Amino acid sequence: MWVAFKWVLKRDLMLAVRGRSEVLTTLMFFIIVVSLFPLGVGPERETLAEIASGVVWVAALLASMLSLGRLFSSDYEDGALEQLVLAAHPLPVLVLGKIIAHWLVSGLPLVLLSPVLGLQLGLDGETLAVLIFSLLLGTPVLSLIGAVGAGLTLGLRGGGVLLSLLVLPLYIPVLVFGAGAVEAVRAGLEAQAHLSLLGAFLVLSVMLAPWAAASALRISLD
Amino acid sequence: MNDLTCFRGDRRLFAGLDFTVETGQVLHVSGPNGAGKTTLLRILCGLTQPESGEVRWRGQSIGELKEEYAREVLYLGHLNGLKVELTPVENLMAWAALHGFELGEEAILDALAAMALKGIDDLPVKVLSQGQKRRVALARLLLGRQPLWILDEPFVALDRHAVGVLEGAIEAHLDGGGLVVLTTHQAFTLATGHLCELALGG
Amino acid sequence: MRLFSKDFWFQYASPKTFYPLAGKLIPWFAGAAVILTLVGLYIGFFVAPVDYQQGNSYRVMFIHVPAAWMSMLIYVVMCAYAALGLVLNTRLSDMMAAALAPTGAMFTFVTLWTGALWGRPTWGTYWVWDARLTSELILLFLYLGYMALRSAIDDPRRASRASGLLALVGVINVPIIYFSVQWWNTLHQGASVSLTSAPTMAATMFAAMIVMTFAFWAYAIAVALYRVRLIILERERHARWVVELAEQER
Repeated sequence: MWVAFKWVLKRDLMLAVRGRSEVLTTLMFFIIVVSLFPLGVGPERETLAEIASGVVWVAALLASMLSLGRLFSSDYEDGALEQLVLAAHPLPVLVLGKIIAHWLVSGLPLVLLSPVLGLQLGLDGETLAVLIFSLLLGTPVLSLIGAVGAGLTLGLRGGGVLLSLLVLPLYIPVLVFGAGAVEAVRAGLEAQAHLSLLGAFLVLSVMLAPWAAASALRISLD
Repeated sequence: MNDLTCFRGDRRLFAGLDFTVETGQVLHVSGPNGAGKTTLLRILCGLTQPESGEVRWRGQSIGELKEEYAREVLYLGHLNGLKVELTPVENLMAWAALHGFELGEEAILDALAAMALKGIDDLPVKVLSQGQKRRVALARLLLGRQPLWILDEPFVALDRHAVGVLEGAIEAHLDGGGLVVLTTHQAFTLATGHLCELALGG
Repeated sequence: MRLFSKDFWFQYASPKTFYPLAGKLIPWFAGAAVILTLVGLYIGFFVAPVDYQQGNSYRVMFIHVPAAWMSMLIYVVMCAYAALGLVLNTRLSDMMAAALAPTGAMFTFVTLWTGALWGRPTWGTYWVWDARLTSELILLFLYLGYMALRSAIDDPRRASRASGLLALVGVINVPIIYFSVQWWNTLHQGASVSLTSAPTMAATMFAAMIVMTFAFWAYAIAVALYRVRLIILERERHARWVVELAEQER
C-alpha cells in the first residue's frame, strides 16, 4: 500500500515539476492580491500592520482555493482518475497522497513566501513567526477540506465558481483562528490556544477529509 | 470456478440482464451507440453502481470484496489514463504500483517493444500520436497479472500490426485461464477461447 | 399492532405510497399555517403591549425569532435526511432534503432581512458583525452552496449522492463554524451589541412568538410536502404508477 501511496505522491510531484508554470501562477496570485491592499487602503504603516494577518490569510485562502481546480481535474480528463479509483488499495490513502502532493506544491510555497509579505505589511518579530506557523498548520487543512469540494464539483459546468461557494464557508474556522493567532500576539496575548485549535483542525481533517474526498470522487465518476 | 453474474434492472438502458462469464471465455458486448455498453463495463468493474442488482466475482458481491476485487481486474476505458507529461515507462510503473505489483524497467521495455514502441520510451507521452498513446495504454495487458480484463473499444486507433499483437495477448490470456469482457465495433479473430456475444439495445 | 410493525413505517419510505399521503396532509398543514399566522400576528400586533424601550419596532421579533429558529432547525433536519439518503440509499429521504433546502434558505433570508429592519431603529445601523448575525449569514451561504451543487448536476442520482455528502460535511462543520464565530466575536469586542440582555418578556409576547413558531412549522411542512410531490413526479416519471396517475388526470 505504501508503494502505491509513494507513487501517487511521486507522480504528482513530477507532474508539478514538469508543469512549473501552474505552480508559479498560484504563487503570483498570492503576491499580487496581498500587494493590492496597500494600494487600496493607503500606505500608513499602522493601518497595514493592523490588517496584515487578515490580508495574508484571506489571500492564502483564495490562492489555495484557485489551485484546487488542478487537484483532480486533469486526472479526470485523461482517465487517470478511473485507474486510481480502481486501484488495489484503499482510495482514501491514495487520495491523501494526492492531497499531500498538492499541498507541497501549492500550500508550502505560500507559507515560505509569507514572511516577505508580512514584512511588507509591517509585521515583525514574534507576530511574523506566529503568522508563518499558523499558515503552516492551516494551509494543509485548506487543501484537505478543499479536496472534498474539488471531488464533488468534478466535471461540472461552472465548477470553479461553484467550488468557491461550497468551500469558502467551510474555510471560515481556519481563517478565524489563523488570523486570530497573529491578532492575539499583536494584542499582547498568547497565541497558544489559537494554534492548538488549528492543530486540532488539522488532525480532524486528516482523519475525515480523505475519506470524504474519496467518496466524492466515487460519486463523481459514477 | 471463475464465474461472474450480473443482475441489473436499469430502466434507462437495459433491464433484467443476467449473465455469467467462465474461465477462458471472451464476452463480446455489442450493440448500437448509446445502448449502454460502456455503462455495463463500468458496472462490471465497479466504477458505477447499478440501479438494482449486483455483480458477483467467484460467488461474492464486488461491493463486499472492494479492493480484493480491484486487484483482479484490469480495466481499459475510452480514456488512456496516461499522464502526458510523463514518459511511458513512468506511467506504467505508477500504474503497476497502484494495482498492487511492482515492475522492473526491463519488463516494461520488453512490453513496449512488443507494442512496437521501441526507442520512444523516454519521451513524454504528449509528443506521441493517438495510436501510439493507445498502444502504451494497451501495453498494460502484457504486463498486468489480473485474471479479468475489461476492455472498452481496445481496437480503436490501432494499426494492423497492433491489432495482431492485441489479439495474441488476448489469446495468451485466455489460455492462461483468464476472462475477457470487451466491446468493439471492429471484427477480430481469436484462434482459441470461447467467444460469446451479448447484444444490448436495438 | 400495526403501528409497531416495521413494514407499516417502511411502506411510507417508498415514493409511491408517500405521494398520496403527502397530498392528503398538505391542506391540513396549509390551513394550520394560515390560521396560526393570523392568530399569532393578531396577538403580536394588537394584544402584546408596547415595549417601553423599543416602542413598536420590536414587533418584527414575532417574525424574526421564529424564522431564525426555523432556519437552523431546517438545516439540521435537511442534513439528517440527506445523511439517511446517503447511508441507507432511500430515495425519499434525499427528495425530502431537496424539498426542504429552499424553505430553509428562505427563512434564513427572512431572519437576516427582519434583523436588519429591527437593527436600524434599535442599534442605529442595519448590520453589525455580531456573532449571531454572522452565523446566520454563513448558514445562508451553506444553504446556497447545497442548492447550487444540486442544480449544477444533471444526473439525479449523482446530484442526490453528491449533495448528501456535502450536507454531511456541512453538519460536521456547522458546530465548528459556530464555535469559531463565537470565539472571533469575543476577541473583537466592542463591535458587537449585546442581544442577550433583553428585558423580561411579557407573557403575551411569548405567546405570540410560540404561535408564530408553530405557524412557520406548519408552513414549512406544507411547502416541503408540496415540493416533494413535484420532485417525486419528476424523478419517478418513468415508473408505472406515475404514468397511470397522469392518464387518470387526463
